[in-house]
Amino acid sequence: MRAVVTVTGKDKKGIIAKISAFLSEKGANIQDISQTILGEYFAMIMIVDISAATEELSTLAGECAKLGKEIGMSVYMQHEDIFNAMHTV
Amino acid sequence: MFSNKEVLETIAMVEKEHLDIRTITLGLSLLTCIRDTAEETANKVYDLVCKKGENIVKTAQTLSGEYGIPIVNKRISVTPVSIITAAFPEKAPLVGKALDNAAKTLGIDFLGGYSALVHKATADYERIFIRTIPEVLASTERLCSSVNVGSTKSGINMEAVKMLGEVFKEAAFLTKDKDGIGAAKLVAFCNAVEDNPFMAGAFHGVGEADTVVNVGVSGPGVVKHALEQLPEADLTEVAEQIKRTAFKITRAGQLVAKEASKRLNAQFGIVDLSLAPTPAMGDSVAQILEEIGIQTVGGHGTTAALALLNDAVKKGGVMASSRVGGLSGAFIPVSEDIGMIRAAEQGAITLDKLEAMTCVCSVGLDMIAIPGDTPATTIAAMIADEAAIGMINNKTTAVRIIPAPGKTVGDEVSFGGLLGRAPIMPVHNCDSSRLINRGGNIPAPIHSFKN
Repeated sequence: MRAVVTVTGKDKKGIIAKISAFLSEKGANIQDISQTILGEYFAMIMIVDISAATEELSTLAGECAKLGKEIGMSVYMQHEDIFNAMHTV
Repeated sequence: MFSNKEVLETIAMVEKEHLDIRTITLGLSLLTCIRDTAEETANKVYDLVCKKGENIVKTAQTLSGEYGIPIVNKRISVTPVSIITAAFPEKAPLVGKALDNAAKTLGIDFLGGYSALVHKATADYERIFIRTIPEVLASTERLCSSVNVGSTKSGINMEAVKMLGEVFKEAAFLTKDKDGIGAAKLVAFCNAVEDNPFMAGAFHGVGEADTVVNVGVSGPGVVKHALEQLPEADLTEVAEQIKRTAFKITRAGQLVAKEASKRLNAQFGIVDLSLAPTPAMGDSVAQILEEIGIQTVGGHGTTAALALLNDAVKKGGVMASSRVGGLSGAFIPVSEDIGMIRAAEQGAITLDKLEAMTCVCSVGLDMIAIPGDTPATTIAAMIADEAAIGMINNKTTAVRIIPAPGKTVGDEVSFGGLLGRAPIMPVHNCDSSRLINRGGNIPAPIHSFKN
């Protein structure tokens, strides 16, 4: 099962390090990363495989949101199906 | 595969534009609960609803977490209670209370189906049942009621229409300490649908499977935002933009509906393509109409803009879902839509304009507060007008009107939460009682004979 992790907010040091440390700790495997910086605005989108993750997706999503609050960014983890459903015919 | 832009678009829809799944509604057949006595039937009903619905809240929360889209309401609709209490209609309130208790046990906000279908005629047991509605709505919290008083195929049952005028008054009067909230939980329908997931008019039709998941999508804020990107576009382009947006919203609903039905061990029923507003800022159908180009909703052109919106939502949604149904269209409840509330406060929108709007959108005169001293026959006449629009145009129409006890034009009712608040709107003072007291039926239109 794959999920999409989206991180947005004001650019600062150590974002990628913190997010990838969290994902690694939870047994999620990062398959793809893309990142852009527009001025001070940071946006990163990761595709992660969570088949071997230590927790359920809905729990991980809640923890991502919490981590986002801690580092002052907006962090989402969502099942990839929602994007496939909404954006492909 | 989706692009990064599309990922960010979905997130913006949720974060800034109030995209949500408005309701997951579990439809349950109560036909197997019928027993010899009302007491036994009520016990069986409570047990069945609690057993079949035990996972609805948890499942919705999990799905919401996995997909990152809020699922606002978890609800249940049941077989019209008048049918399962036909042998002891005076004791139907026992079943009503059992349903309300089950809703509380499960932690769901509304349960619909304290209903009767009398579109052709009123049976004796239904006459008794309908008279129990005000007391039941006053003594329960989460139970919703509806009565189907007409259909394109059978015409309008004017005896039921007259009774409903009185039932609305009484339902409001018995809850006068709460601005007449009893009437806000009651709907009079013409051409009621059996798979509607939205309250207060949801019930589970007898033609349905025993356990069904119906999902109502929403997203007026998303549509408005999409239109804001095209301030100069012509109306053909506006319609296209609404279609594209409705497609995306509905796909989210379809995904949730399929997963929810799998996890709840229920049949996937339908996705209802309705644009349902809430009193929150930026979640308004009225503001979409204003974005299309009406200064204030209610102005001339409102009906045309609404017709465009309603049709485009359906066209976009139909392709996005394997099965659509329910009410499917734009809702225009006054108290639940910030743009409508404002227009009503300014006097920009009137009951007459709202009635015209119901000719081109789903449902009808919805969540409108009127003076408490409005005669029951006048309310019945409003129901008759709406039913006539539905009957002639082959569409569902409804009336959910609150004759606010002790209040008049210039006052306001406030129910809080999703039901919102509304200024009291003026009604025509001329007497319609002769029409209503004639009774009988308004015959079905000639175009209903299609066999």
